[in-house]
This record gives sequence, structure tokens and C-alpha cells, in this order.
Amino acid sequence: MALPKDELVEYIYKMVEAAAGKKQLKAKDIEKAVLKEHPDQPRNDVKFAIKELIDGGRCVYTYFGGSFIECPRVEGAAKH
Amino acid sequence: MHKTPLLDQLESGPFPSFVKDLKRMAAKKPQVNDLLGQLERSYKEKITHWKHGGIVGVLGYGSGIIGRYSDLPDEFPGLEHFHTMRINQPSGWYYTSQALRELCDIWDEHGSGVLNMHGATGDLIFLGTRTEELEPCFEKLTAKGWDIGGSGSAMRSPSCCLGMSRCEWSCYDTMEACYQLTQEFQFDLHRPSYPYKYKLKFSGCPNDCVAAVARADMSMIGVWKDDIKIDQAAVQAYAGGELKPEGGATVYDKLDIKADVTDLCPTLCMSWDGKTLKIDNANCNHCMHCINMMPKALKPGNERGCTILLGSHAPILEGAQMSWVIVPFMKMEEPFDELKDLTYKITEWWAEHGKNRERVGELIMRMGMRAFLEAVELPPVPQSVRTPRANPFFFWHQSDFDAEAAGRKYYTTK
Repeated sequence: MALPKDELVEYIYKMVEAAAGKKQLKAKDIEKAVLKEHPDQPRNDVKFAIKELIDGGRCVYTYFGGSFIECPRVEGAAKH
Repeated sequence: MHKTPLLDQLESGPFPSFVKDLKRMAAKKPQVNDLLGQLERSYKEKITHWKHGGIVGVLGYGSGIIGRYSDLPDEFPGLEHFHTMRINQPSGWYYTSQALRELCDIWDEHGSGVLNMHGATGDLIFLGTRTEELEPCFEKLTAKGWDIGGSGSAMRSPSCCLGMSRCEWSCYDTMEACYQLTQEFQFDLHRPSYPYKYKLKFSGCPNDCVAAVARADMSMIGVWKDDIKIDQAAVQAYAGGELKPEGGATVYDKLDIKADVTDLCPTLCMSWDGKTLKIDNANCNHCMHCINMMPKALKPGNERGCTILLGSHAPILEGAQMSWVIVPFMKMEEPFDELKDLTYKITEWWAEHGKNRERVGELIMRMGMRAFLEAVELPPVPQSVRTPRANPFFFWHQSDFDAEAAGRKYYTTK
């Protein structure tokens, strides 16, 4: 069954949080994982749930040979 | 100032040197002095001292900021952070002098002042700023109506030639198409969700002034469907030397129409008997050579649109590829819905099946053109054959030639 918007946002956040330090997730990885558990979830809902997490600063885009969605962390150069 | 004996040699040649420009900037921007110092060291050691990528950006966007750091921050403190910002260029790269002043002022205030007009994708590139300057710089840019462009695994800023604004050969309004597609794909431009980069380029005619066929994943190249328009009187004027070839952009005063035009036609579809120029338009491959040589005598036909090609890229997972035709002719009229729909279908199929860093052309090579065409609901067409008349695995038999002579058709168009 499709998740309501707020639950979907939390579902995705937990997925990103659980992957931290283990696997870097692309937007499409997240969409595929959501649709596997909730096949009737509209794809656009996933897109906008990710947007909400990014706009709110709970997740960030990173680039390491490709773009990923991750929890925020300290910039390496800031340690200098 | 850092000592730069190797870089200094670059100033001695006949052409303007970036070293001279950077030295001038270094007088007021210490980070540019460090930039020269690090580059000199890289020239000596023959390795880069840049680190690339990371987590920097502006809130809400995943594109447009490229993190860069020096691996020698103690030696070159001005390069501890030296991030790049890509600014989405206006269609056709038209700026007013006021707009340029505003951009330079913003970058002088928030960055190193070093610019690149323009990057390979077409963006205006701001080179070198610190993380804490990104948001204030972005805020000033957006207040003036600018936006940052694409980077990472996203739709990249579409770019185009100047099209109908200055060029009589443009077969569609490239600037309008570029603007409309840029607006349509804002979400995908700022929020990376593709396997890797996806570039759109719009060229108004087959001269392809933005080199779309080699540089864009998806190239829209202007083309005509009917016959080349011929002004026979103007052809005579070229033959007689009254008109200079190539619009005067050549040292030659007079055109030898046979040697310079018809004999150089790649499909030999033209003939010149000294009085009349004839073109077998069915065999013309729209190379533009004859039109370029005699612009006042020949013009593209009236039925205009674009050919869509797909798949070019520099070496990433596979070697470099050129684009190839997927749609031989598409009308290009506002609001370009057919093109937008096709782009969505292609990017959806690619996002679904592509591996990390796999460009759409590489995916087609891996999964096959048949799978691609079925997925995006395009009919297979003869124009999609990448090297027509050059397939070494097709063996002709005498019976084929006999059947052709008797009128056999190899394919039909509905």
C-alpha cells in the first residue's frame, strides 16, 4: 500500500540513515527500494519526498564519481 | 609572489597566455597567487594537487557547485577550498555589458575573480571560492536573475548555437528550444537523479556550430526535408567571379564550381555543366558544403525541423562515441512537446537500467538499439544505420543486383 507523504519522507530518511557509511544511495536506488516494498507508490511522490529531505537539510547531495543522497557530514577540508 | 619559472615560459609565446592574466589577478587576490604556485609545482612534479568532489553545494540543489580542494593546504592556504560554480548561460551566450559587469562584481566579491567563458557544457564557470561564500554568492546571483547550472549525475545546462538570431541557415529557433527545455527540466537539472550526466545541445543546421554531434548525449541538429533552393543566376555569378565564395571568408576570388563544389560533394549528388547546377536531392546527405561555398545561391529547403541524434560522450566507462540518428526528422515548433516527451522517455529508460557513470550511449551499446527503440516507442528507420553502405557482414549476390535492376524495393515508407 502506498505510504502517506509524511510517512514516505520518514521511510526514505531511515533508509538513507541506515545506509550511512555502508552504501551510497542514488535517487534511483531509493525509488527502486520504495517501489519494491510499496509497488503502488507513485514515482513522483518519491521524487518530492527526496526534495523535502534535501530542502529541509536533513539529507544532502554528495558527489563522489556520481551523485548520491546522504546524511550531512563534516566537510573534510573543514578539519584543517 | 610564488616563483614560477616554468609558467613564465608560457608567456613568451606569440599567443595571449592565461599566466599573464592570472599574475594580474594575483596582485589583488592572494588565492590566485597560490593557484600559480600550485600549478608550477604540478608542472614540476607532473601530478595534480587537486582533490575533486565532496559534499559542498547550496541548500536544495545537488548541482552547479563542484567541490575542489588542494592536497597542499598548508603550503597554499588560498586553495584550501577552491570550489567551482557553474552559472547557467543565456541561450546563444548573449550577454549585455551590464550583465557581465554584474557577474564580475559578484565574483570579485565572493570568489577569486577567475572566470572561464565558457565550459564544455556551455555554462559560465566561476573558478575558486570558499564553502562559506557559496550561499551568499548564490543569493546575489539569483537576485539578479541568474541560476546555477547542472553538474554531477543530472541534466546538464542545455546549450545552443545562436540560431535564427543571426544565422540565415538555422532550420529552427534553437534559442527558444534551448530555453524551453531548460525550463522544462529544472527539477532534473538541480536534483541529480540520473546514472550520470545528460547533455542537450541544439544546432540550427548541419554545420553544427556547438559540435552537438560529438559532445551532447542528445543532439538536435537543424535539417530540411525538401529540396535545396537554388538561385541559378547567383550560381552563374559565383562561376563568373562576381560573388566571392564562402561569403568572402576566403582568400580565393573565384569559385571553380566543379572542383570546389560538385566534385567535393560526399554523395556526388550534384552536377554542373557550366550553365546549370543540378542536385539529386534524394541522395543529398545535408553536409552543407555547397551551401557554405555559395551562400547567396543555395539555401536550405522550406520544410524545416531537426534530426535527433543520441549517444555521444568522451571516454568514461567505454571509449569515446559519436551520436547517431534516432529520429531523422522532427518538426520543431513551440512548445516542443514532442521533444520533451521523447526526452522524458529516454531519461526514464536510462535511469531505470543504467549503471553508475554509464552514459545513455553506453547503455544502448550494452543493451542494444532494439531494446532502446522498443522502450522509447520509436520505429526503427534506415537512417539509424550508423555506417550505411559500409557493413562488411552483408554479402551481395548477383541475384540481388538483378532483383534491384528489376525494381525490387528494400524498404518502404508509409
